[in-house]
Amino acid sequence: MCMTCGCGTSDVHVEGGGHAHTHTHPDGSTHSHVHDPSQGAHDHVHEAVHEHSHTHADGTVHNHAHAHPHDHSHAPAAGEMHTHADGTTHAHALHDPAHAHHDPAHSHGAEALHYGRGPAGNSAPGMTQSRLVQIERDILSKNDGIAQRNRATLAQRGIFALNLVSSPGSGKTTLLVRTIERLAGRLQVAVIEGDQQTSVDAERIRATGAPALQINTGKGCHLDAAMVETALQRLAPAEDSVLMVENVGNLVCPAAFDLGEARKVVVLSVTEGEDKPLKYPDMFHAASLLLLNKVDLLPYLSFDVERCIEYARRINPSIEILQVSATSGAGLDAWLAWIEAGAHAARRQRLDQVAALQQRVAELEAQVARLQSP
Amino acid sequence: MHEMALAESVREIVEDTARANGARRVASVRLEIGKLSQVEVEAMRFAFDVVMRGTLAATARLDITETDGSAWCMRCSQPVVIAQRGDGCPQCGSHQLQVTGGERMRVMDIEIE
Repeated sequence: MCMTCGCGTSDVHVEGGGHAHTHTHPDGSTHSHVHDPSQGAHDHVHEAVHEHSHTHADGTVHNHAHAHPHDHSHAPAAGEMHTHADGTTHAHALHDPAHAHHDPAHSHGAEALHYGRGPAGNSAPGMTQSRLVQIERDILSKNDGIAQRNRATLAQRGIFALNLVSSPGSGKTTLLVRTIERLAGRLQVAVIEGDQQTSVDAERIRATGAPALQINTGKGCHLDAAMVETALQRLAPAEDSVLMVENVGNLVCPAAFDLGEARKVVVLSVTEGEDKPLKYPDMFHAASLLLLNKVDLLPYLSFDVERCIEYARRINPSIEILQVSATSGAGLDAWLAWIEAGAHAARRQRLDQVAALQQRVAELEAQVARLQSP
Repeated sequence: MHEMALAESVREIVEDTARANGARRVASVRLEIGKLSQVEVEAMRFAFDVVMRGTLAATARLDITETDGSAWCMRCSQPVVIAQRGDGCPQCGSHQLQVTGGERMRVMDIEIE
């Protein structure tokens, strides 16, 4: 479970203070233990089922009770410290700290099946027939593969796709609404809205007449390429249009997930701190354009624009920066021009591709004609 | 923060590989995490334990090899090691750095039985 942002499955709660738990083991045995608040805060997360299986290299099944007075991890070097799958750490009173011994006769009380092997178990010769399988694959390879497919689909249709990222409340949706209104008659815009809950944002976009699709990520803290692939199929944006993907408001997680966009645009409002580029460098590094939004409020704030720009360039020397206000309209012309340039490039690319294919068809037809003629 | 989603990707890669190799159990999983990648190692360990439940890798040991962030300092004209993005050159303090390594996050290998 992502304790910081809450992404992942739901039935998790963070507990603190004194309380008792009952754990159910995979073998059906249960045991309970008490947490003593006097041991100090020990935030931990419990899933509904506490799967707590210990495994031994020799496959020994043995009984094993846990007195759980606290804070320990299974790290072999640490001896009596012991970390559970659910993140709890606590001590094994009845356990040899090295956790390596486990002779078959070793009995601990309650039933538990031990399949695992401590690192010490590894060294027991002839006990396992394990082998190493080389993988060397990027963790995000699946997402990146789908993102490339999205990118190809978008390119074929001449669609200029932007991934808009920011913290919550930076004014992305308002900026989008103004952008769509100002581009009316010049460029078609379709929008994919990402939020944990509600379809409020998509409704705001649809009120402008632009097609919009809401993705609710539930507990998820970012959009991924598969979500956008599905959304693209449903939304079916027009050829030579602009696709704006408004990511979940979050300056951390969306940086890692390629959606297949042409450019990431990070929106930072001047009501936030000017040091955000330094605090969230991954996002500012990943973005091509920084929109410094709400500049109409600058007279009332102590936001140092020059310093913010310097910080952003420190993280990403090639980042473009535009100062805008969705409310007053300041700077929007430059932003619209930036979009139009990208859209025209995407369209040109599509037309070039069409021309190249047509030429190829003509060549093949000529070849067929030559082969058919006697 | 997105370590849960990353751990789910790790699980897919590990499960696919384990099945393809007829494994009964995955004993260990080794990841390479660059210090400039967007992964908090402790959060990854936590997420790994959670997402691997009920899989062939339920009891797998997780080994994480962290790789240093490396960059080319344009002013010093030499490679340098940096701890995080946005850091200056440890020699001259310049921010004219081109990151050259430490951004990857990969599943390196698994040990199966």
